[in-house]
Amino acid sequence: MLQQLEGSRAVAETVARCRPEVVCAYPISPQTHIIEAIGAMVKDGRLAPCEFINVESEYAAMSVSIGASAAGARTYTATASQGLLFMIEAVYNAAGLGLPVVMTLANRAIGAPINIWNDHSDAMAVRDAGWIQLFAETNQEAADLHVQAFRLAEALSVPVMVCMDGFILTHAVEAVDLIDQAVVDSFLPPYEPRQVLDPDDPVSIGAMVGPEAFEEVRYLAHLRQLDALELIPSVAEEFAALTGRASGGLVHPYRLEDAETVIVAMGSVLGTIKDAVDARREAGERVGVLGVAAFRPFPVAAVSDALSGARRVIVVEKAFSLGMGGVLATDVATASPASGPDLATVVAGLGGRPITRRDVEGILERSARGTLPRLSFLNLDEDVVARERARMAASRRSGPFAENVLRDVAAGGAHR
Amino acid sequence: MTETRVHFYQVGSFAVGNRLLSDADRTVQASQERTNSLDAGHRACQGCGEALGARYALDAAMRATEGRLVAVNATGCLEVFSTPFPETSWRIAWLHSLFGNAPAVATGVAAAMRAKGRDDVRVVGQAGDGGTVDIGFGALSGMFERNDDVLFICYDNEGYMNTGVQRSAATPPTARTATSEARGPDPGNVFGQGKDLPRIAMAHDIPYVATATVADLHDLERKVERAMTFHGARYLHVLVPCPLGWGAASADTVRLARLAAESGFFPVFEAEHGVVTGVRRIRRRVGVEEYLRPQRRFAHLFAGEGRPDLVARLQALADANVERYGLAPEEE
Repeated sequence: MLQQLEGSRAVAETVARCRPEVVCAYPISPQTHIIEAIGAMVKDGRLAPCEFINVESEYAAMSVSIGASAAGARTYTATASQGLLFMIEAVYNAAGLGLPVVMTLANRAIGAPINIWNDHSDAMAVRDAGWIQLFAETNQEAADLHVQAFRLAEALSVPVMVCMDGFILTHAVEAVDLIDQAVVDSFLPPYEPRQVLDPDDPVSIGAMVGPEAFEEVRYLAHLRQLDALELIPSVAEEFAALTGRASGGLVHPYRLEDAETVIVAMGSVLGTIKDAVDARREAGERVGVLGVAAFRPFPVAAVSDALSGARRVIVVEKAFSLGMGGVLATDVATASPASGPDLATVVAGLGGRPITRRDVEGILERSARGTLPRLSFLNLDEDVVARERARMAASRRSGPFAENVLRDVAAGGAHR
Repeated sequence: MTETRVHFYQVGSFAVGNRLLSDADRTVQASQERTNSLDAGHRACQGCGEALGARYALDAAMRATEGRLVAVNATGCLEVFSTPFPETSWRIAWLHSLFGNAPAVATGVAAAMRAKGRDDVRVVGQAGDGGTVDIGFGALSGMFERNDDVLFICYDNEGYMNTGVQRSAATPPTARTATSEARGPDPGNVFGQGKDLPRIAMAHDIPYVATATVADLHDLERKVERAMTFHGARYLHVLVPCPLGWGAASADTVRLARLAAESGFFPVFEAEHGVVTGVRRIRRRVGVEEYLRPQRRFAHLFAGEGRPDLVARLQALADANVERYGLAPEEE
């Protein structure tokens, strides 16, 4: 039954149906509505015997999750942005220990300058941590991905991060069909750990591993990620058979048949991009979209197949590696077919800057004219940048540059 | 454990052979039923106070819980020397995650056990002083504040011994470490305000806080057993001399721990719900110099003309402990 639900509420209700045994969290915008809702359900006894732990930091949130998961409990937490960075040591540790924690990441920019709005810098910062990273396009998919996430995590003994755009999804009200408890129960068997802290069968977990075995242990973790490349699509298919919904999987191709230009992107911006592509298709242009639903493991073969007919590939991404360029784009380049399409990266939507349909159509127009650079920043206010560069050249004590830029923007130099 | 007044026939050690005690008062270690939680074959240094303390503490915890125990370990000497895989010295369920998160991991284990209806399983978290008073401090305070059902044990050897003897917030003033060298007008570690974790733990009003040393292992075992009679957050701070880091003879570990207590430099007491309920009074008081001299980390206080001014300041710290806890010996 479709209901108008805030994304956070849809996720909370779905996580609840996954019967978590330990939930812990530390509040950070824009993740708060999720954990508030789950906390209230635990208080009501609706999730009994679930334990809800209010911890003193994100570092503790992931650490409590590690302990709970190692003791055999189905464990969930959620965070965003600075919170993810604060827990990063434990994020790597959970993956290294092979603990199937599921975490929602309400994607948000990373400071400085402090910024609470959406981009993907946080997810990219833990790209190599050993977690499966799934990106949701809609609130429906965000909710559904959590059921699949527990299934994948527990099958593979790998933690899974469900990435959903902060505010754009977490705080948006959309029609969502919440999954039935009976469907979840049939899809998600009780958690049977491969390793568990049990006084009746005591094991040591977390030993030091030296050069004689470290590479093999890490390679096994890589193999589990490769196993996930097989399992993610089959779990999504099974989910689709039960629900009729095409949530999850490795990639979401859209109008790729005969497409010469393909935009690759992740998350909620795909909706906007699809609207733009529909408009350009109306105008007779051969354009399509490839949504990357699984960022880690990266579906090299699926991306390569999807791009096999493309002459131009444009990666629109909400993060970048300073001093280098696109992060997703680098992976797409690795996966690009031998035919070697032209690849352009458009960094967009940083810190919550809107990406409109008109913006995307503009990108396609520039691409068609051959004027889209290999790396560009959407709607960058070059005047403001030039003014600050000039200030820095003119005076050693030019002051704090973020504040200078803000002053210029307020004075009318804004990009729109 | 009942209190038994025992006459001492050995001079200097205060040690009491188990044969002088009733069966009920004998140590857990004296029993063949002990778990050997931290088994032989580990790689600790000769005379390691931490290995000694951990073995007694965990075997006592195992007896108190009838074997229903999970241990969570911070990174550090105890973790490294006990698990050179494929060998492990742990005969109990044991998890190591990170350096600074052992209290939170222990909270997670306890929460999972509750959720799974296994309330009989108890959880011990353990770390050295670095993992407790420095990098794990936030997680520890959070665990205390929530009153999670965890006994956390700090094995305090007063420095980062695993990484090569660097200063921690538990390093005493003037002590030489690799990052507080014995140079200049203020040699060794600074006289700061101190970071008295047992008192900080008491300020959380948690059910049980105690200190102990490896010089009195009966007392250590008794305090572990006492701690296990409570639910909620409990804290045990055990002084464990480190021959390597302190520059002391391996054979002197127990003697130094005793001198730390007998000088008042390390107060031995216990507290319930934030109130001191018992102290281990000094039997035969010694000056701090007798405690400091055998340790090379304090050698600069006694070389040449020495630094009687600094020794006097350290004596003042010990005197303050004696005053605060009422540790002065009973009049004979």
